[in-house]
Amino acid sequence: MPQALAQRTVDARSARRARGFPPEASILLVLIGLALTFELLGWILVRQSFLLNEQRLVVMILQVSVIGIIAVGVTQVIITGGIDLSSGSVVAVTAMVAASLAQSSDAVRAVYPSLTDLPVLVPVMAGLAVGAAAGLANGTLIAYTSIPPFIATLGVMVSARGIAKWYTHGQPVSMLTDAYADIGGGAVPVMIFLGTALIFHIALRYTRYGKFTYAIGANPQAARISGINVAGHLIVVYTIAGTLSGLAGIVTSARAVSGQAGMGMMYELDAIAAAVIGGASLAGGVGRITGTVIGTLILGVVTSGFTFLRIDAYYQEIVKGAIIVAAVIADQYRHRASRKRA
Amino acid sequence: MRSLATDAPDGCLLQVSNLSKAFPGVVALDDVSLRVKRGTVHALIGENGAGKSTLMKIIAGVYTPDAGELRLRGNAVHLSSPRQALQNGIAMIHQELNLMPFMSVAENIWIGREPVNACGLVSHRELRRRTRALLERLGVDIDPQAEVRTLSIARRQMIEIAKALSHESELLIMDEPTSALTERDAEHLFAIIRELQAQGKSILYITHKMDELFEIADEVSVLRDGRYIGTASPLDLTRDELIRMMVGRELSQVFPRAPARAGAVVLSARALSLEPQFYDISFDLHAGEILGIAGLIGAGRSQLAKALFGLTPASSGQVWMEGCEVKLDSPRAAMSRGMAFVTEDRKETGCFLGLSVLENLEIAVLEGDFVRCGFVRTRAVTQACAAMSRLLGVKTPDLHERIENLSGGNQQKVLLGRWLLTRPKILILDEPTRGVDVGAKAEIHQLIARLVAEGTAVLMISSEMPEILGMSHRIMVMHEGRVTGILTREQADQVKIMDLAAR
Ligand SMILES: Nc1ncnc2c1ncn2[C@@H]1O[C@H](COP(=O)(O)OP(=O)(O)OP(=O)(O)O)[C@@H](O)[C@H]1O
Ligand SMILES: [Mg+2]
Repeated sequence: MPQALAQRTVDARSARRARGFPPEASILLVLIGLALTFELLGWILVRQSFLLNEQRLVVMILQVSVIGIIAVGVTQVIITGGIDLSSGSVVAVTAMVAASLAQSSDAVRAVYPSLTDLPVLVPVMAGLAVGAAAGLANGTLIAYTSIPPFIATLGVMVSARGIAKWYTHGQPVSMLTDAYADIGGGAVPVMIFLGTALIFHIALRYTRYGKFTYAIGANPQAARISGINVAGHLIVVYTIAGTLSGLAGIVTSARAVSGQAGMGMMYELDAIAAAVIGGASLAGGVGRITGTVIGTLILGVVTSGFTFLRIDAYYQEIVKGAIIVAAVIADQYRHRASRKRA
Repeated sequence: MRSLATDAPDGCLLQVSNLSKAFPGVVALDDVSLRVKRGTVHALIGENGAGKSTLMKIIAGVYTPDAGELRLRGNAVHLSSPRQALQNGIAMIHQELNLMPFMSVAENIWIGREPVNACGLVSHRELRRRTRALLERLGVDIDPQAEVRTLSIARRQMIEIAKALSHESELLIMDEPTSALTERDAEHLFAIIRELQAQGKSILYITHKMDELFEIADEVSVLRDGRYIGTASPLDLTRDELIRMMVGRELSQVFPRAPARAGAVVLSARALSLEPQFYDISFDLHAGEILGIAGLIGAGRSQLAKALFGLTPASSGQVWMEGCEVKLDSPRAAMSRGMAFVTEDRKETGCFLGLSVLENLEIAVLEGDFVRCGFVRTRAVTQACAAMSRLLGVKTPDLHERIENLSGGNQQKVLLGRWLLTRPKILILDEPTRGVDVGAKAEIHQLIARLVAEGTAVLMISSEMPEILGMSHRIMVMHEGRVTGILTREQADQVKIMDLAAR
């Protein structure tokens, strides 16, 4: 009897330890493994270090910052059991609208000739508003009709891309003010990415907003009975995701110092991939911002690693696809193992 | 059919020896041995979390044991999947329903075994015919083509039973099959069990309802804390002796009826209707009373509860609270008026299965003192939840365990705790002790009685006659969506209630 009891306490302790092991740990190992692989291949193939190059690391994170900002929003949508396919198109619309309000007086054919050299806050607020509006459209469609999120956001994706093209009839918007361009300069995009990640990491873990988001994803019916305004909450989540896509659009246009209707093409898929690699489950109720950040970095390492090794872009995409699928398989395996423990 | 000759010499169909199984933090089974004879009904009882379901899942190939051996007809077997168990003649009705809501009854029952016609396509006519025959045998009137999600939970339970029967297996495991059934359906099930028994099949039967043991079981085995306590014939034991074996101590079996000291009316319903679920329902609910609602399946009791809580609001009629007419059109509105609702279906509308016990407990109280500027005061909430979990005696390694891993009865306690944390003035309970063991049931009854004594008004739907009769101050009986009578505690007895419920 005492022995059985002792056995039980030991089991309980090991269980706690197993649970205390964050789920991101495995994905962090993948990130480190990939980085070290490129390091090794770098010495063998091009006789250079992959990691010991500050500039390369900065560029690497810069490249994925925009995806990362979107992924922070998409993660929240995925936790509710939904999906957002519209992010990439929303990036394009916001890039166009924000850029059109950020043109300097040197612009030859400004979109709004009377509205040049505006303070930088104007295009920024306009961009965020456009993103929020797109998110609101997604959220309202999903909350008040029975259209599945996949279809609703697919519709918004197509329409938003159309609006981006219609806005200037396909003409790029250029000659932006220096103040606006600064948003995309230096390490600013990285700061924005990590800042939003931190904010929503805290929101998901420590606020009522976060608790409700997980509850809705885990069981929407039970959430409603527990007094959660499920429709209202979904609208908030999709609007946040849309606003973050808007923010990504601002950063994208600032970095390019122009707005183009083709911007953000397929970004939604990269963002979803980052979230899923980071452990978010499309079934809902599961996902963390820390995982998504690591997932984003994995995408960054793969992209810049291949460029570093001077391997064709075609191969990059093939391998990227394989990594996404492998990550999800590994994740499912982990889930099954933790569920059955048999 | 496999012949009796291949059995072990002593007529034993299944022999379980020295089985152990641990999950992180819990030893679910510890050196358990059990023998099931051919042609008998072998009942298995024990407290919530005693390991009954785990043992059954091992026999049905869902889990693999850490140690021990299974012998079927004298031969050692290794069952690594439910499919393999089925091939060996073992079928199981799980404690939680596992049906596909968007598929028809027939498709659910015969999935993977659909009859095919000459062209190799599924023959829907044959499918329907077989399903109808099967359901007829069970004495239930369900359309084989109905989508499962449109059926009540009791109906779904009958479909699970039909599905298990359709395998024509030699050992049928039933994990609390009657917890969602009314007594009449249960009677049907017992008749079928006796029929199967007469055909020489064996049944392993888990229940928390003591009366059932004496009605159908040939042998009873008791598990406690994952250990095997003993096997006996129910004829040789009294109910109290069995309970003592289960819980290891004496237990009072009297219902803790709060004194009938009904206070002011806290809720009155007037002519509530939601056709075709219920019609013209009127009643008053007093502070400090338990109003029981009795009735058969489909009587509209749960629908009425859902309407009162604002889930599917009534289409006509009024609800008055504290002298004003109120509009209860969402759960939020009902909650803000001090109502709480423990639903009947743990899996579908109760638990957040992927989340932890803590997250399941706290979700309805994330407001007021527990939240500051949108931030949850984690320490305060965790303390309150830990206290509630202790009060209810929830068996879990810690509050961060996923609720999915708790035994059914313990999940039920967590759901009750979720609503008790909101300190409700009006507590609506739909089958509050479903799947809860005798000991815990008595504790929950005591807790309800204490709340009522403090002035809480309770509306309790229950299909368990002793619970309804034992706890309620007044009993409202419903039949096909209408109230057929409201009896006082003194007037009510089983015959009168059944009479009003089945008229
Ligand atoms: N998959 C699992 N992971 C972790 N723990 C589990 C798992 N399944 C069961 N347990 C634990 O094993 C113990 C036995 O559970 P089991 O479901 O067998 O109880 P039970 O006797 O069927 O109870 P009930 O009467 O409440 O249904 C419980 O403490 C439970 O929490
Ligand atoms: Mg069980």
